[in-house]
Amino acid sequence: MSKTVATPSSACADWERDTLAPALEKAPERRASFTTVSGREVERLYTPEAVPDLDYARDLGDPGVFPYTRGIHATGYRGKPWTMRQFAGFGTPEETNQRYRELLAAGGTGLSVAFDLPTLMGRDPDHELSLGEVGKCGVNVTSLADMERLFDRIDLSAITTSMTINSPAAMIFAMYLVVAEKTGVDWQQLSGTIQNDILKEYIAQKEYIYPPRPSMRLITDVFAFCTKHVPRWNTISVSGYHIREAGATAAQELAFTLRDGIEYVQWGVDAGLEVDDFAPRISFFFNAHNDFFEEIAKYRAARRIWAHVMRDRFGAKQERSWKLRFHTQTAGVSLTAQQPYNNVVRTTIQALAAVLGGTQSLHTNSLDEALALPTAEAATLALRTQQVIAHESGVANVVDPLGGSYFVEKLTCELEADAYRHFDTIDRMGGMVAAVEQGYPQREIAESAYRFQQAVERKDEIIVGLNEFAMEDQAPISTLYIDEQAAEVQGQRLRELRASRDQAAVHRALDALRRAAVGHDNLMYPIVDAVRAYATIGETCDALREVWGEYEEEPNV
Amino acid sequence: MRKIRVIIAKPGLDGHDRGAKVIARALRDAGMEVIYTGLRQTADQIVSAALQEDADVIGLSILSGAHLHICPRVMTLLQQHQLDNVLVVVGGIIPDQDVAKLHAIGIRGIFIPGTPMQQIVDFISGHVRAHAQEA
Repeated sequence: MSKTVATPSSACADWERDTLAPALEKAPERRASFTTVSGREVERLYTPEAVPDLDYARDLGDPGVFPYTRGIHATGYRGKPWTMRQFAGFGTPEETNQRYRELLAAGGTGLSVAFDLPTLMGRDPDHELSLGEVGKCGVNVTSLADMERLFDRIDLSAITTSMTINSPAAMIFAMYLVVAEKTGVDWQQLSGTIQNDILKEYIAQKEYIYPPRPSMRLITDVFAFCTKHVPRWNTISVSGYHIREAGATAAQELAFTLRDGIEYVQWGVDAGLEVDDFAPRISFFFNAHNDFFEEIAKYRAARRIWAHVMRDRFGAKQERSWKLRFHTQTAGVSLTAQQPYNNVVRTTIQALAAVLGGTQSLHTNSLDEALALPTAEAATLALRTQQVIAHESGVANVVDPLGGSYFVEKLTCELEADAYRHFDTIDRMGGMVAAVEQGYPQREIAESAYRFQQAVERKDEIIVGLNEFAMEDQAPISTLYIDEQAAEVQGQRLRELRASRDQAAVHRALDALRRAAVGHDNLMYPIVDAVRAYATIGETCDALREVWGEYEEEPNV
Repeated sequence: MRKIRVIIAKPGLDGHDRGAKVIARALRDAGMEVIYTGLRQTADQIVSAALQEDADVIGLSILSGAHLHICPRVMTLLQQHQLDNVLVVVGGIIPDQDVAKLHAIGIRGIFIPGTPMQQIVDFISGHVRAHAQEA
C-alpha cells in the first residue's frame, strides 16, 4: 500500500469540504466580501498556494541584499532604531525654536520643519495673499535672519534636519547652508533632507509656483549642487504622503510616488548627471494608513520595485542607488475631530505598520490634529507612542518579522504588479510631467477620494466615533490657538530688514538670479548669493516668477 | 424649479482641495448646479463668481486657519453687491472658539471634518428652499 501525500491543493479542497463548509453552514460570514481600506478584495485565508512562484532569493532576498524586500539593513532595527522625527513649526521662528529644543530634550532624534503657507508659496508676510496665513500652519521664514533664529543654539553638525518645502526648496535650503556657514559648520558635515518634490504638488498638495518644466530644473540643480558641495544631504524626499492624503489608494500612492521617483532620476540623467552620483541621495516619504497589512506590503513592494528600477531601468551600479530609504508619517486624513482620543489608537496601529515595513524615520500625528496644530502635550504623547513601540513591544528585535506570511507576501506581489501597470500607463503618456500636465493622476485620486467618501456614507467603511459608535455632547479638548502676533512680528521684522540691509547688493543678487534663470547655469549658486545678501523668500521667488511665470491648474471636479 | 446654484471656492494660499472636490461632486450628484472656482481665489474673485453665476450658495473650503480674515471680507463684499441673500457656508478646520464669530458675521453653516455629505446637502437645500418660500 502506497502512502499518499496530500498536496496543498487537495489538502485545501479537503479543508473546504470537511471544515469550512460546515462552519459556514452554521455561521455565515459577516459580509459577502472583505476589502482593504483601499478597496482591494482580500480572501478568507492565504496558504502556500497564494504565492506558488515566490522565490526567496530572487523576490525577497535577505535583509540588506537585493531586492531588499526584507529591508535595506542586515540588522534591521537591532543596530539603530528608526529616527523619531516629529514635524513641527508654528508662529515665529523663536516659538518654533523653543519647541525644537524641547523635542530634542525629550529624546527626539531629528528635527523636521513645518513652514507656514506664505513661506511654502514664496510670499513675504506683507503680500496680499499672506493675509491671515502667517505662522498659522507652520513657522514663518522670510529671510536668512529668520533661519538664524529658527536654529539658534542648535548645533547643525549634531542633528539631522528635514525641511518640508517644495517650490521654494532651493531658497530655504540655501538659507540653511548659510546658517551652517555662519556658525562654522562645514557643508560636508550637514545631514538632513529637503522635500523638494514638486511633482506631488501638482498631483496632490497643490503648493506649486512655477510651471512643471522649470520647476524640474530647480530640482536637478539641487541634485547637481549637492553632489559637489553637500554630499550627505538627501536632495529630495519623493512623497506619497500627500498623494494618499488627497484620497489615493495604497496602490496609487505607491505607483505615483515611485513613478515620480523615476521621473526625477530621468531628468537628472538627462541633465547630464551620472546616475550613481545622485541616486543614492534620493529618499522617499510614505503614508501609514489604517489597513495594517496592506501598508506593510506597500513598503516592502516599494523597496523591491525601486531596486529593480534603479538597476534594470537606469543601469545604476552602486548598491546605494538601489536601496529605497523612506520616512513615514501616520495618516492625518484618518484622524477624526470627533472623540479625538481615538486618534491615539489609530496612530499607534499605523506607526506599527510603518515599523514592521522597515521605515527609516517616522512621524506620529498628535490626537488633536483634526482640530488644530498640536499642543505640546499632544505632541509629546505622539512621540511616546513611538518610544513604546521601539522599547516595549518587541517588534524592533527581529528583521522583517512578517516576511514569509502568505498574506503579506501575496499583498506585496499584488501591489507591485499594480504599480508596474500604472508605470506602463504613465510611460505611454510620455512620463509623469506629461501625465501631470494632462491631469491624469489628479483625476484618478479625486475619483478614489469620492469613492471612499461614498463608502463612508453607506457605512461600508466604519469610522469609529464618526459613522458608528458616535457620542453626543463630547467635552471639548483644549487645542493650540495661534493668534495674529506672529504676523505682526514678522511684518515688523521685514520692514526693519529692508531698511537695514545693503539694498544695492540685494538688487545685484536678484539680477544675477534672473539672468541665470534665463540661461542654463546651476541656479543654486545665485540663490545662495541672494540669501547671503538677505534677499527675502518673496523676492527670490518673484525673480523666478518674472522669468518663468506661474502655474495655474484647470479647476476640474 | 430651477436647480440650486452653488459656488465652491478655495480662498487663501492653501491647496488641499480634497474636501472641496468631494463636496462639489456630492452636491452635483444631489442635483445642484456646482461651479468650482479652483485654488487661491481672493474674496473679490469669489464674490464676482457668485454675481456672474447668479449663485444661491457659496461654499468656502478653508483648512489653513485664515478663516477669520477671509470670511468677513467675503461677507462685506456680498453686502456691497446686494447679494445678502446668498447662503454662505464654510467647511474645514474651524476651532470651536471661532464658530460663534463666523455665525455672527452671517456664515450660516460651519462644517468640520467628518460631517456627512448628506447633512451638508440637506442643510443647503433646506435653507435655499426656506428662503425661496419667504421671497
